[in-house]
Amino acid sequence: MFKTFIVGILLGVAVAAAALHYFPAVNQSREQSLIIVHPNRGNTETFHVNIPMDRVMTGAPSQKEPLPVGLEWPVDPRFADTRAELFKIRNGKDAVVGVASRIAANDVSSGEIVEWVLHLPARGSAYVIMQAEPLEDGYRTGNLAAGTREFSPLVGRVSEQWVADTSGAEDAPVGRIELTTAFVARKVEEE
Amino acid sequence: MKYLISLVVGMVVGAAAFLALLYYNPMTSQNKLSPLSVSNNEVITYNYSAVATDALVFTNDGKSTVAPYPSKVQQLWEPTVRLTDTMATVLRDSRNQPVAIGIKFSSRSESTRILNGEAIIDSAWHIYAPGQGSLFVEQRENHWGYLREIVVPAYRSSGDSWRGNWNGAITSGPGALGTARVFGGSGEFADLETDGVESLSAKAYSVKHGPVAVDGTLAVELPAPISDATPDP
Repeated sequence: MFKTFIVGILLGVAVAAAALHYFPAVNQSREQSLIIVHPNRGNTETFHVNIPMDRVMTGAPSQKEPLPVGLEWPVDPRFADTRAELFKIRNGKDAVVGVASRIAANDVSSGEIVEWVLHLPARGSAYVIMQAEPLEDGYRTGNLAAGTREFSPLVGRVSEQWVADTSGAEDAPVGRIELTTAFVARKVEEE
Repeated sequence: MKYLISLVVGMVVGAAAFLALLYYNPMTSQNKLSPLSVSNNEVITYNYSAVATDALVFTNDGKSTVAPYPSKVQQLWEPTVRLTDTMATVLRDSRNQPVAIGIKFSSRSESTRILNGEAIIDSAWHIYAPGQGSLFVEQRENHWGYLREIVVPAYRSSGDSWRGNWNGAITSGPGALGTARVFGGSGEFADLETDGVESLSAKAYSVKHGPVAVDGTLAVELPAPISDATPDP
C-alpha cells in the first residue's frame, strides 16, 4: 500500500506538471482579421468606432456632461488644450476587437498633435501619429510610428474619417470614426 | 479498494507538493532592481497611484476584484477585450506635480507560463506630457512576484488583506535587459527610441477591493545627446 502511495505522489506531480504545461493559463478570444487585398495597392484593414456607444471616456476641460459620469478631469491649466479619449474599436463585421486611445493636444513644444494607440489584445498595439490638419475631403492621415507583437515588423499609413449615419434607423449610431490601416512588412517596404 | 484510495491520496499529495514547490521556488523570484538604476543617462520618472479609484478612469470586464471607476464607466465585457484593463490617469513628477496624462492598456498574455514563474501581462502606455511631448511604451510585465508576495498572502490571511512594504520592477521585456521599449511621438521626445522600466511599491492589498495602497513608477531613460564637437588631435 505504501508503494502505491509513492506511485500516487509521482503520478500527482506528473499530472500537475503536464496540466500546467499543456493547458494555457490565458486564452484570448479572437475575431477574424478582415484584410482586403487591393490590386496593386497593398492590403488594408478597416476598424471603426460607433459614436456614441463605443465611447468609453472623453477627457477634456470644462465639460458640461463628462463621460463617464463622475469623471474629474484635472483642473491644472497645463491640461487646458488636451483632449484624451478612450473607445472600443470594431472590425468590419461590427464586432469589438479592441480598445483605443486618441489624444489631441496643442502646446509650444509639440505644436498641434493627434495620436492614436490601437490595442488589440490578441494581436498587439499600434501607435499612430496623425497629421494635425485634416485634408480637404475630411480625411486625416497618419503613419504607424511603432507597433508591438503582430504590428512590430510593419510600417504603413492610417486614415481617420468621420462618417455620419444616414440609415435613419432608430438604434443606429450618430456616426462612426473609420480608421483604415494600410500596413506592409518593413522588409517589403525597404525592397 | 484501499490501494485505489492510497493512489488517489498520493496523487493529491503529489500535486499539492508540486504546486508548493512552484510557489516557494526561489529560482523564480523576481528581480527587484531596475536595470535603469545603473544607467549613467538622465532618467525621467512618472509616478501614479495604481489604485483604481485614484485614476481618472479605470475599466475592465466588471467581474474582476478591482471594480471599474467611476462606477458608470463602460465595461469591457466583450469576449475579445474581457481580459483587458484600461486606465487613464494623471502622471506626476518626482515633486508630485501633475505633468502628464497616461493611458494604459493591460491584457493578460498567452505567453504566461506558471511553470516558469511567469504571470505575464502585455501592456502599452500612451502618454502625453504638455510642454514635453508624447510617448508610447510597450512592455511585457511579469506579475509573479506581486501575486506570490502580496495577492496570495492576502487570500491566506484571516483578515483577507495584506499589509507591508513591497517594491519590485514588473517590466520583464521585450528589451534584452528586461526593459520596456519606449518610442517618442512629438515635442522633445520626437523620434526617441529608448528603454523604460515600470515598478510598483505596495503597502496594502485587500481581497475584496484589490490594491488599496499601491503606487507605480514609470522610468524612461533619455539617451545622452551625441556631441558634434570634434575632439582635439
